Amino acid sequence: MELSGADILIRCLQDEGVEYIFGYPGGAALHIYDALYRQDKVKHILVRHEQGAAHAADGYARSTGKAGVALVTSGPGVTNTVTGIATAYMDSSPLVVISGQVPSQLIGQDAFQECDAVGITRPCVKHNFLVKDVKDIAITIKKAFYIATTGRPGPVLVDIPKDITAHKAEYAYPKTISMRSYNPVTKGHPGQIKKAVELILSAKRPMIYTGGGIIWAEAAEELTDFVRLLGYPCTNTLMGLGGYPATDPLFVGMLGMHGTYEANMGTHQSDVLIAIGARFDDRVTGELSKFCPHARIVHVDIDPSSIAKNVPVEVPIVGSAKAVLQELTKAIKATKKKPDAAALKSWWAQINEWRALNCLAYDRKTELIKPQYVLEKLYELTKGQAYVTSDVGQHQMWAAQFYKFDKPRHWINSGGLGTMGFGLPSAMGVQLAHPNKTVACVTGEASIQMCIQELSTCKQYDLPIKIINLNNRYMGMVRQWQEFFYDKRYSHSYMDALPDFERLAEAYGHVGMKIEKPGDVEGALKEALKLKDRLVFMDFITDQAENVFPMIPAGKGHNEIIMSPFLAAAPINRELA
Amino acid sequence: MRHIIAMLLENEAGALSRVAGLFSARGYNIESLSVAPTEDPTLSRLTLVTTGSDEIIEQITKQLNKLIDVVRLMELTDGPHIERELLLVKVNAAGNAREEVKRLAEIFRGRIIDVTDKNYTVELTGDGEKLDAFIEALRPSGIVEVVRSGVSGIARGDRSLRVEKTSARATATQD
Repeated sequence: MELSGADILIRCLQDEGVEYIFGYPGGAALHIYDALYRQDKVKHILVRHEQGAAHAADGYARSTGKAGVALVTSGPGVTNTVTGIATAYMDSSPLVVISGQVPSQLIGQDAFQECDAVGITRPCVKHNFLVKDVKDIAITIKKAFYIATTGRPGPVLVDIPKDITAHKAEYAYPKTISMRSYNPVTKGHPGQIKKAVELILSAKRPMIYTGGGIIWAEAAEELTDFVRLLGYPCTNTLMGLGGYPATDPLFVGMLGMHGTYEANMGTHQSDVLIAIGARFDDRVTGELSKFCPHARIVHVDIDPSSIAKNVPVEVPIVGSAKAVLQELTKAIKATKKKPDAAALKSWWAQINEWRALNCLAYDRKTELIKPQYVLEKLYELTKGQAYVTSDVGQHQMWAAQFYKFDKPRHWINSGGLGTMGFGLPSAMGVQLAHPNKTVACVTGEASIQMCIQELSTCKQYDLPIKIINLNNRYMGMVRQWQEFFYDKRYSHSYMDALPDFERLAEAYGHVGMKIEKPGDVEGALKEALKLKDRLVFMDFITDQAENVFPMIPAGKGHNEIIMSPFLAAAPINRELA
Repeated sequence: MRHIIAMLLENEAGALSRVAGLFSARGYNIESLSVAPTEDPTLSRLTLVTTGSDEIIEQITKQLNKLIDVVRLMELTDGPHIERELLLVKVNAAGNAREEVKRLAEIFRGRIIDVTDKNYTVELTGDGEKLDAFIEALRPSGIVEVVRSGVSGIARGDRSLRVEKTSARATATQD
């Protein structure tokens, strides 16, 4: 029997096992919406802005590892998703975005709600398609999911003109697909594995530095085995948190601009750096010419273009983090050579000396709510088990520093693109994927307003997200940079006339709370976490002047770190080697 | 350093803009670019001339390989190769110039392919340096218009850039 293109598309999504699609209807997508209406296998979540659809699909993808799906109309529908697509692209998140397009014969005519969706998204997708024949829908959707979820994952857009969704064809969904122009590698080259093992075991001051690649490759277990086998220190990037258990003694915290002193000094002073599924981002390396002056580098990544892009590498290994870690662990177990125990002992003594500084210290004797304190309490009360999404800025860094993630896929944030507005919609995707789990959205009064309309979506689908709004009345990270680097000229970083968030949340039908005293923080969080079936918006009025420490200023080396003024002792800084 | 990268692309709408977009987005140079379908109508061959340090060229080839539409790629300048470019030049051919241009065309083994009272149009193929030299030689006569194709290139000997004839673009299986 022949089906319409719209019905074929929905059947493809069903056969692909899609649970949820996040979308917003419009003219060019109406045949598709009609096909959605006539079935109940794929559930549609109606967002309030297409940016929210892309972020929600992204949150779903990051917390499950499966592709997130968004459906939007042509023109503004698809342009509104561009921020979300670019966000997913930077963090290698598998999205399939389906956009309606004006009818084929109107393409290029400047038709109503027409835009060149494939052209606009080209620089921020892994790949995209314009479907020109109803017979191509099924294979194109198959390719879209295949490309999005394999190799280094990423977003794929499929643009479908309205007439194609009305035309008819026989339906058959391919079971497998292979493409001559796309063959992602998985296993590492045996010769390179051998070289890597030699270098790894020769280390006197090793550091294992891992990123989001561990999360996407489902390699957390393999990483844990590898690190424990060696007894080497491990640091995670912002995207890699949860890849190694944060409560494990071999974990030295996050590295980079707001990483811990021990992670940054340990990386700086390392003689062998083992990078896995990380891409030497500028927020991690600081000034490249000052990065790891003594280190010989092993770099494992599934994307060859990530290797030797910023930093010269001695042993490159192209492959999936999971497969390569298995191969490395196996090879290390098989060899007679062991890690240098004596060198390791003195290396750990040095690391523990750095660690003893307690670089995340902050002023606890104050009448003001310290944002760090709120996050410590959130961690305690959720026993470290919550899914935490965040927006972008100071609150994001504090969440990364103070919430200790022991498991992968629990820390969901826009690390690469740094998209304010990501936190709430991504939390919707996470909550739908994990309906019985606590999902906390850590945000600030500036970020939350960038997608606050999604409070309405949360009400429609009863999503009991716990919003932790760290409200300091400033764009805090902008304010911090202006304090440090612009002589306290706070140019447009203060937001006057903020809404009353407590009442705003209530107006949307949720529970609102305003917390102004440190003594009320714990009680408010406990009460909110007890309300299992309600969204609770907690507006914490925090210290306006609090800064994120440590901080490596842009253009500086890891050893030029600015420390908190509340340290018990002065930082130790001497070059080893 | 100057490099010539040849690649086989899926012959799809938009494939060329993915390549061109990559170069502008990442700030790489394109000196010239030429593209046309091959004997296999599903494939286009693109020849691109670029400049950059070894690190940049390595990134360029990796980034190109990452594009889904790029099937295979070869850096021609890695080994012995032949490069050719086509030049069409319309030049003043009135008075003394008429004999001079004809003579120059013969010296460079060009062909006069169109003639009017005032102008000759000359066709010349060769590498870039030869074409440059011809243009310089014609300059005193008065050049009206210059058209260059951009470089096409092929490896010498057995080294070749090809995809097995039998390989389909995409293979899908049903249950």
